[in-house]
Amino acid sequence: MAIVKEHEMHKRRFSRNMGVGLALLAFVALVYGLTIAKMQTGDTMEAADHSPRVSMTPAEPSE
Amino acid sequence: MSDASLNTQSFTNEASFGDFFALLKPRVMSLVVFTAFVGLLVAPVSVHPIVGFASILFIAIGGGASGALNMWWEADIDAVMKRTQNRPIPSGKVTAGEAKAFGITLAVMAVVMLALAANMVAAGILAFTIFFYVVVYTMGLKRVTPQNIVIGGAAGAFPPMIGWAVATGGVSIESILMFSIIFMWTPPHFWSLALFMNDDYTKAGVPMLPVVHGRRATRAHILVYTLFLAPVAVGAAFTSIGGPVYLVASVLLNLWFITGAVKIWRREEDAAIADKYSAERKFFRVSLLYLFLHFGALLAEGVLRNFGMGGW
Repeated sequence: MAIVKEHEMHKRRFSRNMGVGLALLAFVALVYGLTIAKMQTGDTMEAADHSPRVSMTPAEPSE
Repeated sequence: MSDASLNTQSFTNEASFGDFFALLKPRVMSLVVFTAFVGLLVAPVSVHPIVGFASILFIAIGGGASGALNMWWEADIDAVMKRTQNRPIPSGKVTAGEAKAFGITLAVMAVVMLALAANMVAAGILAFTIFFYVVVYTMGLKRVTPQNIVIGGAAGAFPPMIGWAVATGGVSIESILMFSIIFMWTPPHFWSLALFMNDDYTKAGVPMLPVVHGRRATRAHILVYTLFLAPVAVGAAFTSIGGPVYLVASVLLNLWFITGAVKIWRREEDAAIADKYSAERKFFRVSLLYLFLHFGALLAEGVLRNFGMGGW
């Protein structure tokens, strides 16, 4: 038996790795889609860092 | 892992992707997805389709995570019950530790992502659902009291409430009624299963009602809960999520369900053994249809409302 022969176990590991890979890819796509959807619906945005937080900005007095 | 260590392990039992998926209890998850979807759709506030899709997905993952944690905790009794002995942990494909890590990771991820995708109320109810199912039901009640599924049934009843909260950001009478329908439906559903799977539960030492108080008492309990369920289910027809379609469906379904419960109540044990619990098995199947059609009717009302029909 050749030493390079693939064991059935490797097939199962491949299926698991492929599954995890595809799940992660789908997760990235979903978060991207969510971001776009939230931007489209005009939800309150807060940038990551070094910018004023929308929720902490005092409301402007009405005239 | 080095090649040398391969022979020391029972790697023929190594888990595939499907085994980890099986830890999520896909069949239970399908019920979670369906009821959460209905809760989301019948709510008076519309949700962006991607936000709706993501929310349902995270609710499903949260539900699946509780399933994995349930299997981790119950690996010992799953191994002795015929119905569950092929699950990934008792069959040796996934270790209990792997299931625990998998469940906790998915649970945390699902709650955090639902908070980001929808709102804190929905995420809070999801977190409570997971806690309730895993800690209160699985670890606390299941092996202690024959009322285990009555109280534990609450965990399965939360998904439509979460769906509703995703859309509205709150809780209201409609979402509480959807919760109540599943909550009241769970005992007759599971007790009818326990009637014909009694031996399994006895072997595993789970104090299900037929094990502790006998089948006669279980039959009476099924009837009482079915009678209590009917007004709750029909009552939902007169709220903002109900309408004539739901009312007709609910009345017919409840008549069907009550008829089945009366039949089970009146049956003698000898007759049940003689026909291998055919009436109980039928009642169990009807109970699945009962819940599916109730939420299907709510969904129909929601869709009709979008076209200017449905509702009162």
